[in-house]
Amino acid sequence: MDVAQALADLTEISSQIEAAVLFAADGTVEGSTLADAGAAKALADASAQLLQRADALRGEDAAVTQVEAALAAGAVFVVRDGERYIAATTVANPTVGLVFYDLKSCLRDSAPQESPKRKRATKKTEPQEEGEPSDEA
Amino acid sequence: MKRRLLGLLGFATGIFAGSVVLRRRFRKPRDRVEVYFDDGAMISYVEGAPEAATLLDAARDALRAVRS
Repeated sequence: MDVAQALADLTEISSQIEAAVLFAADGTVEGSTLADAGAAKALADASAQLLQRADALRGEDAAVTQVEAALAAGAVFVVRDGERYIAATTVANPTVGLVFYDLKSCLRDSAPQESPKRKRATKKTEPQEEGEPSDEA
Repeated sequence: MKRRLLGLLGFATGIFAGSVVLRRRFRKPRDRVEVYFDDGAMISYVEGAPEAATLLDAARDALRAVRS
């Protein structure tokens, strides 16, 4: 599934999500639900800052995988999957578990597909008919 | 006299309990940030904590970017 389709599905599934942006570790915006490219970039930058500052709080021993900021005006979510990120803003008091689930699904669905591995052909064995003498007997 | 004192004490207790319930119900929720780590740990930073300030600033910037 491509990025635009994954984001369209996300906003269709989750009515709590106002805006979402998919971006890379270097800040490049892959896709967004926002019409304004400047706003999408600003959301990606602020979300990257949020994740970076959260990462700095604990140090080297553990990496941040997701962040939820609950404010009176709304909430901000950021989820990391390797070198790819998704950030979203929602209404106030969202269903946190559900939003995280939808964001992770979107991130997974929009991931670049690896070329399918070749499956080894398996030899089909004919089922033995009843009454036929078996080799084991 | 004793009964009157007990009545007053009960009334005062009721007023105090009611005020606690009302304060809890209508208290403005404080802004907070919850950070989840890859080792399964989660740390919550509530507004007022020194670490929360920088995180909440970035979150407010994110909301402003969408709503401006």
